[in-house]
Amino acid sequence: MTASVVDLLPNLLRGATVTVEVTVAAGALALALSLPVALARMSPAWPLRVIGTTYVEVLRGTSALVQLFYLFFILPLLGIRLDPLPTAIAGLGLNFSAYASEIVRGAIAGIDRGQWEAAHALHLSRAATLARIVLPQAVAVMLPSFASLMIQLLKSTALVSLITLSDLTFSGQALITTTGRPFAVWGLVLVIYYVLSLPLAWASNRLEARATAYRARPAGAI
Amino acid sequence: MPFDLAFAWSILPDLLRGAIVTAEATFGGMALAMLGGLLLALGRRIGPPPVAGFVRGYISLVRNTPLLVQLYFIFYVLPLAGLSFNALGTGIVTLGLHYSAFLAEVYRAGIDAVPHGQWEAAQALSLSRRDTWRDIILPQAIRPMVPVFGNFLIGMFKDTPLLATITIPEMFGAAEQIAGDTYRYNEPYTLVGLIFLLISYPAALGVRGLERRFGVH
Repeated sequence: MTASVVDLLPNLLRGATVTVEVTVAAGALALALSLPVALARMSPAWPLRVIGTTYVEVLRGTSALVQLFYLFFILPLLGIRLDPLPTAIAGLGLNFSAYASEIVRGAIAGIDRGQWEAAHALHLSRAATLARIVLPQAVAVMLPSFASLMIQLLKSTALVSLITLSDLTFSGQALITTTGRPFAVWGLVLVIYYVLSLPLAWASNRLEARATAYRARPAGAI
Repeated sequence: MPFDLAFAWSILPDLLRGAIVTAEATFGGMALAMLGGLLLALGRRIGPPPVAGFVRGYISLVRNTPLLVQLYFIFYVLPLAGLSFNALGTGIVTLGLHYSAFLAEVYRAGIDAVPHGQWEAAQALSLSRRDTWRDIILPQAIRPMVPVFGNFLIGMFKDTPLLATITIPEMFGAAEQIAGDTYRYNEPYTLVGLIFLLISYPAALGVRGLERRFGVH
C-alpha cells in the first residue's frame, strides 16, 4: 500500500501544479474584473447599471460547468480557438468575477456615507474619494470574503478536468484507468485538495479575526 | 454560428425530461443535507468528545474538497464497500453528504443566535433536554435559517450538472447527449443555460424576499 501510494504521488502532484496555476490565474482575473463590475452596478448611469446587473445575474444564474462547456464548444464555432488552459482560466475567472464583484459592492456599500460627505466637504473628487478614502477601508472588509471565495475557486477548478485539462482531478482519472485503484487514488486526490486549501483557510481565518478585531474591544474602551 | 430555432424546439422535450431528474436530485439532496446537517451540528455540539472531533474533521474535509471528486470517490468506492445504489441514488447521497457539511454550519450559527435566556428559562421550567431542543431552541433557531437554506438550494441546483459525469441523465447530461449525437453544441448548451437562469434567478429573488421576511438583521 505505502509503496504504491508513493508511486501515485508524482502524477497527482503534476496535476496539482495545473490546479494551482488555474486557481491563481482565474483568481487574478476575477479580482481584476470585480471592481469595474461592482462600480458599474453602483453607477448613477442606468445603462451601466443594467449591463453590470445583467453580467452578474447571468454568470451567477447559469451553472459554472455550463459556462465552461459553452466557451469550450461554442467559441470555436465563432472562429475563436483557445487551448483548454486559457478556456479554463477565462471560464472560471468570469464566473467568479460575478461573485467577487458582489463582495466588492457589499464592502463599498457598507462604508459609512459620512466618509463620502467628509471627502466632498474637503473638495475631493468622487474618483479620489473612492480611491483614497473608501476603497482602503472597504478592502479590509473584503479580504476575508475573498479568501473564502478563493477556496471555492480552488474546488471549482476540478471542473476543468471535464474540458480535457490535465489538472489534479484529471490526473486522478488517468490513474484510475492505469492502476484500477479508485479508493487510493480518489482518497489521495481529496487529501491533496484539502492540503492545498489549508493556506487559504488559514488566511481567511486570520483576515476575519483582523477585520472583526474592533468588536473584541472591551465595552467603554475607545 | 446559426441558432436553429426549429432544432432548439425539437430538443426541448428531452431537456425538460432531464430537468425532472435535475429537480429530483436537487430536492432529494437537499432533504438529505438538511437532516444530515442537523445531525452533524448536534453531534458537534452535544456529542461526546470523540464524536464532536470526528464531526469537526468531517466538516472541514468535506467543505474544502471539490464536489466532483467526492462524487467520483463515492461512485467508485461505495461499490467496493458492498454498497451500491443506482447512479441517481449515488448522486443524491453525494449532494446530501456534501451540503450537509455546509448546512451544519448554518444550523450552528442559528442555534448560537438563540438568546441564552431561552436555555435558562427552559431549565427554570424543568423542561427535559429533549423538549428544550425540540420545542424551544430549534423552532427559534430555524426561522432565520430559512433564507440561507434557500440560497444553498439554489447552489445545489447549479451543481447538479456535475451528476452527468457519473451517467445520471439530468438536464446537462441530456444536452451533452444531444450535442454528442448531432454535433450541434450551440442550441443544447444555450437552452440549458437559459433554463438554469429562468429557474435560479426568480428563485434568488424569492430568497431575497424570504430574507426580508425571516431575516434577523
